Amino acid sequence: MTGADYNFAYLDEQTKRMIRRAILKAVAIPGYQVPFAAREMPLPYGWGTGGIQVTAAVIGPDDVLKVIDQGADDTTNAVSIRRFFRRMAGVATTEHTAEATIIQTRHRIPETPLAAGQILVYQVPIPEPLRWLEPRDTETRRMHALRDYGAMQVNLYEDIARHGAIAKSYDYPVLVNGHYIMSPSPIPKFDNPKMDRSPALQLFGAGRERRIYAVPPHTPVRSLDFDDYPFTVQRWDECCALCGATDSFLDEMIMDDRGSRLFICSDSDYCRGRQGAGEAAE
Amino acid sequence: MTASFPAGLAPGFADPALAAQVSFRAALTALSEPGCLVALGHGLAPPPPPLGPAAAALALTLLDHDTPLWLSPALRPAAAYLRFHCGCPPAAGPEAARFAVVTAAELPPLAVFAAGSDDYPDHSATVIVDVAGLRAGGPLVLSGPGIADRATLAADGLPADFLACWAANRGRFPRGVDLLLTCGPLLCGLPRTTLVGG
Amino acid sequence: MYVALKGGEQAIDNAHAWLAEERRGDPSVPALSATQIAGQLGLAVDRVMAEGALHDRELAALAIRQARGDLIEAIFLVRAYRTTLPRFGTAQPVDTAAMALQRRVSATFKDIPGGQILGPTFDYTHRLLDFAAAADPSPAPRAAEPLPAAMPRVLDLMGAEGLIETPPAAAGDAVADLTREPLDFPAGRDLRLQALARGDEGFLLALGYSTQRGYGSTHPFAGEIRIGTVAVEFVPPELGFAVALGDIDLTECEMVNQFKGSAMAPPQFTRGYGLVFGHGERKAMAMALVDRALRAAELGETVKGPAQDVEFVLSHCDNVQATGFVEHLKLPHYVDFQSELELVRRLRRAAAATLAAEREAAE
Repeated sequence: MTGADYNFAYLDEQTKRMIRRAILKAVAIPGYQVPFAAREMPLPYGWGTGGIQVTAAVIGPDDVLKVIDQGADDTTNAVSIRRFFRRMAGVATTEHTAEATIIQTRHRIPETPLAAGQILVYQVPIPEPLRWLEPRDTETRRMHALRDYGAMQVNLYEDIARHGAIAKSYDYPVLVNGHYIMSPSPIPKFDNPKMDRSPALQLFGAGRERRIYAVPPHTPVRSLDFDDYPFTVQRWDECCALCGATDSFLDEMIMDDRGSRLFICSDSDYCRGRQGAGEAAE
Repeated sequence: MTASFPAGLAPGFADPALAAQVSFRAALTALSEPGCLVALGHGLAPPPPPLGPAAAALALTLLDHDTPLWLSPALRPAAAYLRFHCGCPPAAGPEAARFAVVTAAELPPLAVFAAGSDDYPDHSATVIVDVAGLRAGGPLVLSGPGIADRATLAADGLPADFLACWAANRGRFPRGVDLLLTCGPLLCGLPRTTLVGG
Repeated sequence: MYVALKGGEQAIDNAHAWLAEERRGDPSVPALSATQIAGQLGLAVDRVMAEGALHDRELAALAIRQARGDLIEAIFLVRAYRTTLPRFGTAQPVDTAAMALQRRVSATFKDIPGGQILGPTFDYTHRLLDFAAAADPSPAPRAAEPLPAAMPRVLDLMGAEGLIETPPAAAGDAVADLTREPLDFPAGRDLRLQALARGDEGFLLALGYSTQRGYGSTHPFAGEIRIGTVAVEFVPPELGFAVALGDIDLTECEMVNQFKGSAMAPPQFTRGYGLVFGHGERKAMAMALVDRALRAAELGETVKGPAQDVEFVLSHCDNVQATGFVEHLKLPHYVDFQSELELVRRLRRAAAATLAAEREAAE
């Protein structure tokens, strides 16, 4: 299969128009999940088909694409998606956050702060932040329409009663521009603060669930919390074994059968950049 | 395109896939950064007047048979062009339109357009308003999502009660219409979230 | 080292090469052709056409071979191809009363105009492995069976007497299409039938079975099952009259279900409908049961079984969606898991500290 057999960026123009209209409405109504007629993609549902459709509708020949999964460019699914776009759109790709115009991600926001003009495309498995409280879409749609978010507050407070803390460490719900509660996708809550007033445009695609939503640049994104139990992010006692970073999200690795652990940056580009800078300084 | 090209009709995009992508990115920037002026329609053969290149490029990029279109009277001469290139059905009136292209002088009260519902605020019109002049640094002061602090804008020829109409439109969030202001090749977006002061 | 999981391009290329080798199998054994699959594994091909929602035997056979016989994988291949095809318009409704039939049975009447035709069915085979066929699979010639030209649908015959409800659909109505519009609830019957026709056979089979065991009983009788070939016609707008596009194989099942009636209307049987591409009798029957169950709200019945719950059934009946999401759990999730580890460790430390403080206070 070569890209020449398909339209630019795989999707046909009619599909792109439909997705583009949905993206524009998503930008106009921050945090609202716009239904769209997701197409059946040549990659499996649950493996980033929503993000791929958003990227395919947005990307042009002059873009530079970065694809990460778990923060890393070399994870197999990231490699597979990057390859798909290289073949279908012939675009340049990069592993450097700062060089990318579009970054498609699963589960992380890069450590390097994003800049104006960049677009971050999230792959979203379950776009509905109220889904764990109410499985029916007909019900959650009404809850958003009425801003009936009491159940979410109760749910978080029950955690505090049981554990003394909000026991949600990823896919931590946020309030967008003071109106809609939104799922940030399963990023660790460590990354939530990066969403707030980010200069980059954030687009979210859920293929199987057929939803697109967005956060425009400079938009307030607040992680839900309580005055007496403010939102906090996770911290590690360790630093990255490769670059020494103390400010990045760390992956834990089990090194032997005695349980020794090693921690390294989840963001491979950030880690490599710091290692390079360290070597240059020596 | 195998259909015969009607005589006297201006051609559309030379390379539809790539030109539509460029125009869409301009529209995306415009709506995600209100007050930011972007240019589009470069390389597009002149559309039938008074349709400007930016408005024409937006239509060719976003409209098709799924989007009923309403044209204000002054823009009716472009109806055949838009129907041929986009295949969009004409809307019976502004209230039935998914998209509308209007001149600033003929902009009806925004409340006549579909604003969506609280359940489906996306079922709302996008209105392309061709204004007499568009530049940064004008009397309108914009703030809200997409704007770091505040942006300023001058859009000439809008109705005298526009600010009041816009405040009412913004006041019914999440319902509301979204505007794309065009002038020649220039575009500026006004999503329903933008606060506009004068 | 765990980092080895970050395989990269080389690992993917190796996996693809290995897959190709496994797919081919022992090179000393002749390769299967798609034509052989289309001809000799016809029911597998039919299932891939039905759930792949694309009536093309050769492509379905090709997909089965490429998928190493994994039918859901083959359905996925066909769907991903189908989505790239342009749409020219909507065909005329097919007339299943005019089908060229291979099989037609009714469980509701002993004899019917046109008669009962068993056709090529497993029904009365004894399920004994046929070791002789392994040596020589050529079948004995069968007696030619002349089929009557006219075989009206059984439920139409009942309808003439007013015993069964008239199908509500009017010709010319726009038909919903979940591949072009986002699926939304409440879903009309057209959309539900489309979802069921594409839905997973196993899922529908289990749901249909559950209605028979009391999770939303519909008291069904198999009014008619017919399998055959029917012409597809299309009216090009520029011509204004129908032209034949070709023939498709279909299995149709009409269930006759418990009657309804009120002070205003005399009792009438209700319908459940199943229609699938190819020969898919099990799927068509299960579909008809589930279709009828999903009409619970419309017919004023209490929704008490999963098969009656439109949002539940339609959200979970697609096996390409289901397999993708279930299998995505094998993708790395170590960032989220690391978040959970950190949280659980912290909560355990806090709990231990609280316990220690309480002990100290007690001493």
